[in-house]
Amino acid sequence: MEEYLTDQLKTQEYFLNMGPQHPATHGVLRLLLKLDGEIIRNVDMDLGYIHRSIEKMCERDTYKQIIHLTDRLDYLSSHINNEAVCLLVEKALNIEVTDRIKVIRTMMDELTRISSHVLWWGVMGMDIGALTTFMYGFREREMINDIFEETCGARLTMNYNVIGGLRYDLHENFVKRVKDFIKHFKKKLPEYDKLLSNNVIFRKRLEGIGYISKEDAVAYGLNGPTARGSGVSCDIRKIHPYSAYDRVDFEEITFPEGDSYARYKVRIQEMHQSLSILEQLVDKIPEGEYKVKTKAVIKLPEGDYLQRVESARGDFGVYVKSDGQKFPYRVKFRSPGFANLTALNKMSEGLKIADLVAILSTIDIVVPDIDR
Amino acid sequence: MNNTDIKNKIENKFSELTISGEDKEFLTIEIPKNSLKKLLSFLKNDEELKFDYLFALTGIDFGEELGVIYHLESTKTRKTIQITVKTNDRNKPEIETIHDIFPAAYFNEIEAHEFFGIKFKGHPDLKHLFLPENWDKGYPMRKDYTDINMLIR
Repeated sequence: MEEYLTDQLKTQEYFLNMGPQHPATHGVLRLLLKLDGEIIRNVDMDLGYIHRSIEKMCERDTYKQIIHLTDRLDYLSSHINNEAVCLLVEKALNIEVTDRIKVIRTMMDELTRISSHVLWWGVMGMDIGALTTFMYGFREREMINDIFEETCGARLTMNYNVIGGLRYDLHENFVKRVKDFIKHFKKKLPEYDKLLSNNVIFRKRLEGIGYISKEDAVAYGLNGPTARGSGVSCDIRKIHPYSAYDRVDFEEITFPEGDSYARYKVRIQEMHQSLSILEQLVDKIPEGEYKVKTKAVIKLPEGDYLQRVESARGDFGVYVKSDGQKFPYRVKFRSPGFANLTALNKMSEGLKIADLVAILSTIDIVVPDIDR
Repeated sequence: MNNTDIKNKIENKFSELTISGEDKEFLTIEIPKNSLKKLLSFLKNDEELKFDYLFALTGIDFGEELGVIYHLESTKTRKTIQITVKTNDRNKPEIETIHDIFPAAYFNEIEAHEFFGIKFKGHPDLKHLFLPENWDKGYPMRKDYTDINMLIR
């Protein structure tokens, strides 16, 4: 009967507009779906709804002024983005920062990563239909935001890194609060597995869906947890270590399956690794200066500079071309989300709309990071 | 494999390019635009070099010339390499597309086309991605672009 129907009844392909105001697109992302019934034939995207041309704005700002703009790219990894610009300038001018700065930066990075991943985990459940996870995710995120607020003075756009160090020294409660958080989160992480990871419905929605092979992942420039879910080893913390990552012991998480569930597992395991990094460092914050003296006006020598860091979304890069002035000649922010989004069409071919929502969630996009 | 080895290997194969930066973090290559595709497919397919990960594709305005900068990374040696290609025609700048070698370049080329007006020869669909569909006010990332309302220096 089914064969007869598909033979005799021709369906007509049509277009469906998804977004820009759609809760599952995590911001203002517009997707144009070419559908055959409910089967996706093609996904086209339309971006730029919150394009602020930050790269152009950087051309009229000094290097110190650029840092705060990077907060506004991927706002869930703002601390890591700030660090990328600082590291680039420090590398170009041979500014050696103290161990204290390196360790604090690393700890802040990992706290940022956990806070980004718990938010992703909450929203991931919500996209699939498990509304409760959102509350659980925010419970842990709130603790981290409190830590940030006390030391950095802000909860989201911290702007804590400056060229040559940090803006303020650590708050006296920092170590205690981080220890409390580690203790709390260690208890709660297994709960995450109970709630979502081992849920039959949840797994059926993800396993085998949104497959992308290792070769394709490299060719499309995928990065971060998305690429590691396809078995690509691409952790910048391991490949090009920066700050204190060369002195901590952690594993790069990769899963070879290449489907949505593999990408999910990578992020869950990464939270365990981040927690272990925090544990290793929290008792060993060295004494020393929290800021190294730098020149008032910073000019990079003529040339090309590149700095890459591992943000919560992946391989975030800053490229600066300098002509020796105090303003950069050209700044490029290599957005991890943009690269991951380009493979969406490949991943979702032949699947249903509900699967597309799940895939979008597992590649964990943040639209300001894509639009720049 | 260090930068000098990579440099020698490329120079043996191609004569028309200039390579600098052996003592720096990564090599910088400048190549005429008609040999770009040959160089990129060599870099990608060579077993020893294996520069198969297109890290970034950046459009750039050099003042007189327009250009594109490619950053490649090798998944084997973990080395980075920078390739610059320039075109001196500001009215009709044309550079060949590389999206058939690196699929990752597809959307990045659309971005460079939108903001710098560089036409990628062979690209199937250079549409408006970030800018509105009916945008006709020029190329915003060029150095000579002016907009009294939006750009304050």
